Amino acid sequence: MKHLPSRSSLLMAPALVWLTALMVVPCALVLALAFFRRGIYGGIEYTFTLENFGLVFDPLYAGIFLNSARIAGTATLIAVVIGYAAAYAISAAPRRLQPVFLFFAVLPFWSNYLIRTYAWIVLLNREGLITQLLRWFGYTGEPPSMLYTEGAVIAGLIYNYLPFVILACYAPLSRLNPELAEASRDLGASAMTTFRRVILPLTVPGIAAGAVFVFVLSIGNFVTPALLGGGRFQMIGNLVYDQFLTANDWPFGAALAMALIAIMLLVLMAQALAANRASGHAARAGGDTDG
Amino acid sequence: MAERSPATRRTLWLVLSLVFAFLYIPIAVLVALSFNEGGLPTAWSGFSLKWYASLAGNSAILSAALNTLIVALVSTAIATLLGTLLAIGIEMRRQYGRGLEALIFAPMIIPDIVLAIALLSFFSMLNLTMGLHTIILAHVVFNLAFVCSVVRARLKSFDWSIVEASADLGASALTTFRRVTLPVIAPAVIAGALLAFTLSVDEFIIAFFTAGAGRSSTTLPMQIYAMIRFGITPEINALATIVMAVSITALTLSQRLNRGIIGQ
Repeated sequence: MKHLPSRSSLLMAPALVWLTALMVVPCALVLALAFFRRGIYGGIEYTFTLENFGLVFDPLYAGIFLNSARIAGTATLIAVVIGYAAAYAISAAPRRLQPVFLFFAVLPFWSNYLIRTYAWIVLLNREGLITQLLRWFGYTGEPPSMLYTEGAVIAGLIYNYLPFVILACYAPLSRLNPELAEASRDLGASAMTTFRRVILPLTVPGIAAGAVFVFVLSIGNFVTPALLGGGRFQMIGNLVYDQFLTANDWPFGAALAMALIAIMLLVLMAQALAANRASGHAARAGGDTDG
Repeated sequence: MAERSPATRRTLWLVLSLVFAFLYIPIAVLVALSFNEGGLPTAWSGFSLKWYASLAGNSAILSAALNTLIVALVSTAIATLLGTLLAIGIEMRRQYGRGLEALIFAPMIIPDIVLAIALLSFFSMLNLTMGLHTIILAHVVFNLAFVCSVVRARLKSFDWSIVEASADLGASALTTFRRVTLPVIAPAVIAGALLAFTLSVDEFIIAFFTAGAGRSSTTLPMQIYAMIRFGITPEINALATIVMAVSITALTLSQRLNRGIIGQ
């Protein structure tokens, strides 16, 4: 369609205008907002300042950032281990069953996030299913308090994002050439060595994509900490929420949101780097088998 | 798992069973409890539909459901139109900048909370009264990106020369679109629309920030959030079961229409 570039622009225009007006401009506005001062009675005072960004590094708030990173990091690590194992098992299943397994692994991901989180309140609350099970096995003590703990928040995050990790890891695993593993075994490598030196490096892009997804969505999350942490575990998302809806300090809230975006971009860059290195490795591994 | 030892095979099946148990037990418990007469997880006191009946009498939930339907239908309609045109426009071009790619990718990865506060700041700076219309404006942003990516995937294998042939044979641009392009991409357009509808029905954070004050523009997820914060009630279980059934049906349809968006 080389003769139709103008028509192509015409087709793209409405969507691009929409995205510009309702995403680019509002995000630019938030960025600008972060450089203003909070008015004495709330609201915004239009004088330039960097103190909102300074406040982000205040020990109190930096602590919340580190806490969020730790919670999101733990959830990511566990989700990647479980998700990779699941994806590996699916890719090893009979061919005709693989799409079915994959479909059912991803299905929960498409149901409502709040409901999936609520399901964990039902499981973990003091009179929930887990307490009932313990009782059934003869436990008579106080019901364990599992809800409103950091563990509950992490479990909720893993549960919500696991399907995506499975999907991301399955893609490279299913494309893996079985002859590579065979060659490695024939050359005397143990199953563990084959996995560590051949399979794992070739599937790094999938792992990286899944990990980035879980980490980015977890660190900015405010629903899961609010519902499963009972508001006791502040994460960045909750902090942003508070600045906009309760503390009424929009400039600081904006600075926090920008910090969140900065973290996200850093993580995405790290992922691109990991994927690049992995593709270099893959090329070498391919060469090795030819030789 | 053909050439693997029986022990390895057993381990792999065990992994699969555990993961599926982890994924489905929480949902299954919720669904089962919604049919429990007593409504409590402590004991099964018989099958009953009474929690569903009590939903039907809850006016707050019904009006929230209606709001959600309005938002989802309108935002899906706009997003499907804009997203499809965008996808065709992009795929027509031989090359496009990375900036364009990033602009279209951004709505899918930007943290909800960031887009939510950005739109809240934007709307209040414009002194716009917020309500269902602002939620719709916001939902179109991410919905059109998802529709676009689904339709683009379909267009990757599209043979543009048939469009040229149609034009050479004297068909107008509109006729060509209606008779040549649309039939090819129709399944992807419908799949994209179903996906957008589901995303909109389930979306909570952006709606929460752009709904404005007052209960008149409460959507179903906002209602569910308020109910969950209040505590566990058997009604939420029933409501959750219905909402899950709706989104899973829509997504299963979408998947059947367009193999490739959820996996494979």
